[in-house]
Amino acid sequence: MDTMAAIKQTFFQECEEQLAELEDGLLTIEREEGDLETINAVFRAVHSIKGGAGAFGLDDLVRFAHTFETTLDGMRSGKIEISPQIVRLMLRSADILADLVRVSRDGGSVDEVRVAQMTDELNKACGISAGPAEPVSAEPAPAPAAGDPDEFGFVVTPVSFDFADETPAEPQTDEFGFAPVAIDFDAILAEDAERIEGFEIRFRPKPELYAKANDALRLLRELGRMGEMSVTCDHSDLPLIDAIDPEGAYFSWTIQIRTECPEAEIREIFEFVELDCDLEIRPMLAGLITAADDADQVVQEVLAQVEAAVDPVAEAPVQPVPDLAPAPVSLTRAQPAEEVPAAAPVMQAPTNAPAAASTPAPSATIRVDLDRVDRLIDLVGELVINQSMLAQRVMEAGIARLSDVAVGLDDLEHLTREIQDSVMAIRAQPVRPIFQRMSRVVREVADMTGKSVRLITEGENCEVDKTVIERLADPLTHMIRNAIDHGIEKPEERLAKGKPEQGVVRMVAAHRSGRVVIEVSDDGSGINRARVREIAVRKNIIAEDAQLTDAEIDDLIFAPGFSTASTVSDVSGRGVGMDVVRRSIQALGGRITISSRPGQGTTFTLSLPLTLAVLDGMVVTVADQTLVVPLSTIVETLQPKESDVHSLGEKSRVIAIRGSFTPLIDVGAVLGYRETEADPMQSVAVMVETENQSQCALMVDGIIGQQQVVIKSLETNYGHVFGVAAATILGDGRVAVILDVDSIVAGSRTETARIDTNRKRSAA
Amino acid sequence: MTEMQESGASAANNELIAFRLGEQEFCVDIMSVRDIRGWTPTTPLPHSSHYVKGVINLRGAVLPVVDLAARLGFPAAEPSARHVIIITQVGRQTIGLLVDAVSDILTVNSSSIQPTPNVASELARSFMKGVIAMEGRMISLIALDSVLTQNQAGPGLLN
Repeated sequence: MDTMAAIKQTFFQECEEQLAELEDGLLTIEREEGDLETINAVFRAVHSIKGGAGAFGLDDLVRFAHTFETTLDGMRSGKIEISPQIVRLMLRSADILADLVRVSRDGGSVDEVRVAQMTDELNKACGISAGPAEPVSAEPAPAPAAGDPDEFGFVVTPVSFDFADETPAEPQTDEFGFAPVAIDFDAILAEDAERIEGFEIRFRPKPELYAKANDALRLLRELGRMGEMSVTCDHSDLPLIDAIDPEGAYFSWTIQIRTECPEAEIREIFEFVELDCDLEIRPMLAGLITAADDADQVVQEVLAQVEAAVDPVAEAPVQPVPDLAPAPVSLTRAQPAEEVPAAAPVMQAPTNAPAAASTPAPSATIRVDLDRVDRLIDLVGELVINQSMLAQRVMEAGIARLSDVAVGLDDLEHLTREIQDSVMAIRAQPVRPIFQRMSRVVREVADMTGKSVRLITEGENCEVDKTVIERLADPLTHMIRNAIDHGIEKPEERLAKGKPEQGVVRMVAAHRSGRVVIEVSDDGSGINRARVREIAVRKNIIAEDAQLTDAEIDDLIFAPGFSTASTVSDVSGRGVGMDVVRRSIQALGGRITISSRPGQGTTFTLSLPLTLAVLDGMVVTVADQTLVVPLSTIVETLQPKESDVHSLGEKSRVIAIRGSFTPLIDVGAVLGYRETEADPMQSVAVMVETENQSQCALMVDGIIGQQQVVIKSLETNYGHVFGVAAATILGDGRVAVILDVDSIVAGSRTETARIDTNRKRSAA
Repeated sequence: MTEMQESGASAANNELIAFRLGEQEFCVDIMSVRDIRGWTPTTPLPHSSHYVKGVINLRGAVLPVVDLAARLGFPAAEPSARHVIIITQVGRQTIGLLVDAVSDILTVNSSSIQPTPNVASELARSFMKGVIAMEGRMISLIALDSVLTQNQAGPGLLN
C-alpha cells in the first residue's frame, strides 16, 4: 500500500471515531446533559473531518462538513438556540456526514437530493436563529478557503507578530494557504511606556563571524547574564534548502534586555565580533520591556487577538467575496483578518489550536492489526491446551503429590487462564457503536413512517467480540425496523389508547452467565396473534386445525417467508423477515426468543456468545470417538424409552417426545463411524434444533460433559468434511471434531425417508 | 515450497530425508520437512479415504495424517509406537506422513536422480519424482506436491 493510501485509511479510521464522538455528543445534548464542552467536542469532530477531507480533495465531504460546522459554530457561540428541533437536525446531518464519509471511502453514491436538502435546512437554521438584527448571510461560505489544509491534513494559519517597525505587507496567503494574521502589539504594550531603561539590540552575524569560530549562542548567553532578556530570531533570510550555503549566515536576532548596565558593557560582549556582524544597540523605553513581566497577560491578549482573527478565518473565506455583502460570520470578528496588515511570519499557530487547547487528554490507545491479535489468541489457546496437557502428564507420572510441583502447576494454570481472558478482552469491544448506529435507524424509520419514536439504550459498555458486534448490525437493524414499522402505533392511535404520543424502543445489553444478552423491546401494540395465525395458515406454514400456544404463534414470525405487513413497506418489507434475523443470530452461535403482550409491546431477546474463538459445547462419545455438539443447537437431552421409539419405514426411527414424533438420527452411522445403527436404549438422545427450526434427536453413546472449546479450522490443512463444522483440541491434547448439526440432519434425510410430523409442520 | 523443491532438484546437491515403508526406501526433500515425531493416536474424520488416518494436534494446529503406504497402494500400516510421522509442508498446507521409520539424511547430486523405471505400479509412479541409487540401495523420491494435489482434488481425499 502506498503511503497516501495508508494515510487515507488512517483518516477514515479517524473519521469513524470522530463520527462516533459527534453522535455521542449530539445525543448527550439531546438528553440535555451537554454543556459548552460537549458542543465544542461536536464542533471539533466535524472540523477534523472537514480538515482531513480537504487534504484528500473530498470536495463533497468538505462542502457539507463546512455547512454543518457553520451551524455548529452558531450553536457554540450562542447565536443559534439549542432546541430539540435543532438537535434533531444536527443528528440527521451527522447521518449524512457519515454517509458522505462512507461513500468517500467505499465508493458508491449518496442521495444528492437529501444532501442538498439538509444543506438548505442547515443554512436556514443559521439564518433564522440569528435574528434579523444581525447581518447574516444565508449563503454559507462557498469554500473552506483558509481552512485549506496542508498535505498532512492540518489546517494551519500562520500568525505574525508585528513588532511595529516592520514594513506592513498586504494580507495574503502564502503557498500553503496561510493567511497571516497581524497582532497589534503596540495596542497592548503602549499602555505604560516610560519607566526603566533597557536596550534593544539587533545582532546580525556575518559569515566571517562563524568562520572565526565564534558562536552566536555563546554571545547571547553572555548577554543573558546582564539581565532579563527576550530574544527573537529572524530567519526570514533563510533561503530554500538547496540554495543554502553551509558556511553562510542567515539568522539575525533582536534582543530586548532589561539591564542597568551601561551600553558600553553590552558592546564589550560583542567586542571580538564587532567587525564581523551588524550590531545596533538602542536604549529602550520601559513599556516594551515591562511587558515581559506581564508575559502571561500579554500572551493572553495576543491569544485573544489570534483567536478573534483566526476563528473567522476558519469559517469564512480569506479573500472577502466582494459581491457577498454581509460577511458570513459576524463582522466584528472577521475584521482583524481583513484589515490589519500583516508582517513577515515569525510564529505560526495552527488554526485549530484554540479548539485543540480544550481537547480532553487522549485515552492511551493503539491501533493494532486484527491479524496480530488473532495470532496472539491462537497462541494463547495453544498455551492453555499445553498447560492442561502438562498437568495431566504430571498427574499420570505421579509427581503431582509433591507439593512444590502441585503449587507450581496451580500457579501456571491461573496464569494461563488469566492470559487467555486478557487476550480475549483485546478483541472485546463495547457494543456502543452498534447501539449508536441503531439510533440512526430509529430516526430514519420514524421519519419514514411518520411515527414519533425514542430509542433508549442501556449497557452500551457491555463488551463483546468484535466479530460478533460487526455481525450484529444487520439483525438489529432489522429488528428495530420491525419494531417501529409493525410494533409502534401511529401517534393518534397511541393517544387514543392512552399511551404517550412518542413510542419507545429500548435496547439493553447485559452480561449473563458468560453470554451477552441483548433485549430489543418496544411499547407498541404487541403481536396480533389472530392475524399471525391467519397468515400462517394462508401461507401454508401451519395446518388450519393446528393447536398452537401463544408462544408458538409468536414464534411463527420467524418462519421463512412470513411477513405481517399488509403492504410491502419501504421500511421492513424487503422480502427478508425475521427468519433471516434468526438465522444470522444462530450463525453467531446465538439464540433469539420473542415474548409479546398484546397492547403492551414485544420483546426480542438475543443471547450471544462473547466470542467466536471459543464455543460452548457438549462433549459426547460416539463409537469410541469424542465429539463436540455446539450447545447453542441443543434443546434438551434425554434417555429414550423403548415405548417411545418407533420404526418408520425400513431403517428410519422416530422418537415420541411429549406426543410429537421427532426423527431419531444415529450420529455414528451418519458419520460412517459404524456400520450398524446403535441401540437407542443404550444411547442418549440429544434434541437439537436445526437452521429451519425443525427438531431432531441425535443419538450418541454418552455424554461426557459441557465444556468451552477453542475452535480450530480443519480447512487450513485439510478441507471441508461432511458433518463437521470445525475441530478443537481437548484437554488431553487430542483433536475432537465439532459437529455441524445441520448437515448431519440433512445428511440423514438423504438416506432416510422424509418424516413429516405434525410437530415439524407446525414449527417450520 | 514447490518452487523450492524444483530449484532444489536442479541444484547441485539436494538434502533428502530417507524413510522406510515396509522393505522399500523413499525420501522427501528436507526443505519441506517441518518436524518428525513419534506416532500419536489420531482422531478419525468421518467419511475420509482409507489412507487418511485422521487428524492430530501439532502445537495447536490441526493437521491430517496420511498413511503413505496406503496412499501408494501398499498394505495399510498398523501404527505402533515405533512408527513415525513426518510433518511436511507443501504450499500452505501442513500434513503428516505416517511412515515406518526414518532411516537417513542423504546428500545427493541432482544428476544422480534417475527417472522412475517403468516397472513400478501406476499409482506408485504417479507419486514419485525419480529414483536414487545409493550404496546398492534404491531410494524413491516422493513428489510431495503431487500427493497433496491429489489430496486437494477432493475425491482422492474425501471418499
